[in-house]
Amino acid sequence: MLAGMSVPLTLLGLLEREPSHGYDLKRDYDAFFARGKPLPFGQVYATLGRLARDGKVVISEVAPGEGPERKRYVITDHGATEVATWLTEPLEPEPHLQTVLFTKVVLALMLDRPAATYLDLQRAAHMRRMRELTELRRTGATIDALLADHALFHLEADLRWIDMTATRLDALAREVRS
Amino acid sequence: MNAPDPGTPSRPLVEARDAVLSFGQTPALRGASLTVNAGEIVAVMGPSGSGKSTLLHCLAGILTPDSGEIWFDGQRVDTLGETGRSTLRRDRFGFVFQFGQLVPELTAEENVALPLLLAGTKRAAALKAAREWFERLDLAGLESRRSGELSGGQAQRVALARAVVSRPEVLFADEPTGSLDSFTGEQVMELLIDAARQEGTTVILVTHDPRVAAYAEREVVVRDGKASALAPDPVAS
Ligand SMILES: Nc1ncnc2c1ncn2[C@@H]1O[C@H](COP(=O)(O)OP(=O)(O)OP(=O)(O)O)[C@@H](O)[C@H]1O
Ligand SMILES: [Mg+2]
Repeated sequence: MLAGMSVPLTLLGLLEREPSHGYDLKRDYDAFFARGKPLPFGQVYATLGRLARDGKVVISEVAPGEGPERKRYVITDHGATEVATWLTEPLEPEPHLQTVLFTKVVLALMLDRPAATYLDLQRAAHMRRMRELTELRRTGATIDALLADHALFHLEADLRWIDMTATRLDALAREVRS
Repeated sequence: MNAPDPGTPSRPLVEARDAVLSFGQTPALRGASLTVNAGEIVAVMGPSGSGKSTLLHCLAGILTPDSGEIWFDGQRVDTLGETGRSTLRRDRFGFVFQFGQLVPELTAEENVALPLLLAGTKRAAALKAAREWFERLDLAGLESRRSGELSGGQAQRVALARAVVSRPEVLFADEPTGSLDSFTGEQVMELLIDAARQEGTTVILVTHDPRVAAYAEREVVVRDGKASALAPDPVAS
């Protein structure tokens, strides 16, 4: 999954902490996940609109006055289930997952979900893929071996990041829950 | 996952049940359990100091846990005396470690023949069996070198030959590629895995290197003195 595709799920996850206005959601998203690429307001409201259309959020109240920033969004059960499923399922082990993986870990900690277990599952999925590639590398033609090698080195980097993150979960939890 | 071949039902060969071991005040194992089936190749991973080597040494009958049980082939290992355990190690186990395993005064082929000589094989027969491994492990021509005259990768392959020359049922390897560069390390792993598969040897391989662990059929992670097989379902924590 590309990083961009996780924006709706990330906003949904942030809403699981507490109902929020679009403005607050954008602020939190930018603080934790944007890393120099703030989410445009237009994208925030378009995404929230789609989430509302699909029954994943509802608009709880509209404060007096006009404009989208007056709406307060509340996650539905359907939305919460979607977040839980996304967090629990390991990502397809492809290189360069770090952005999505990072988002999932931070959200899991914010929501008091077992981030260590998610990392373990992701680790297992990565190791499975690495075993397949190693077998391919051992038995395939040179060209397959070289391609497998490239993927293996990248997966290894991800895996080291997963292990490192696992040892720093307590510190990370303190930062994102404050 | 590599499911066991349906024709050969999996048979537990090496097992730790709730093994606990402390070095003085330092707890190294806090209830580690692990089952390895005959013919399996298992990687043991985990952070430094988590207890991987200690677990391996318990499984191999080198250390005895303070409590818990160690089993090999239907037999309690932890309750065996030192003599019984050293017989087991000599006759049925092979070992490869990270460093300094070759006897510097002996030639490469004498090093490889050593386990056979210690088990009472006649010298000529032992050397003959040893020499067969030089070809297999890409070491031909190095038979009469001493360990100081071998590169790190060559010395590690000689150590591997010595570990498998007596056709052990279980090969215990602790960071066998830890002192090698990644290319040479992979070469040693290729040979180790090929030899183990051809002989049906069970391998328990401690490594912190994911690329090395990927040669195994599954991995077990040791954390804080406990082992867990990472099942692909979320209840495993
Ligand atoms: N002979 C010993 N005397 C005292 N403490 C020991 C001894 N051997 C190991 N320990 C301690 O037991 C714990 C587990 O050590 P062990 O060697 O099993 O870890 P490991 O997982 O193999 O680590 P590494 O990846 O660094 O090799 C550590 O805290 C270590 O300091
Ligand atoms: Mg160790």
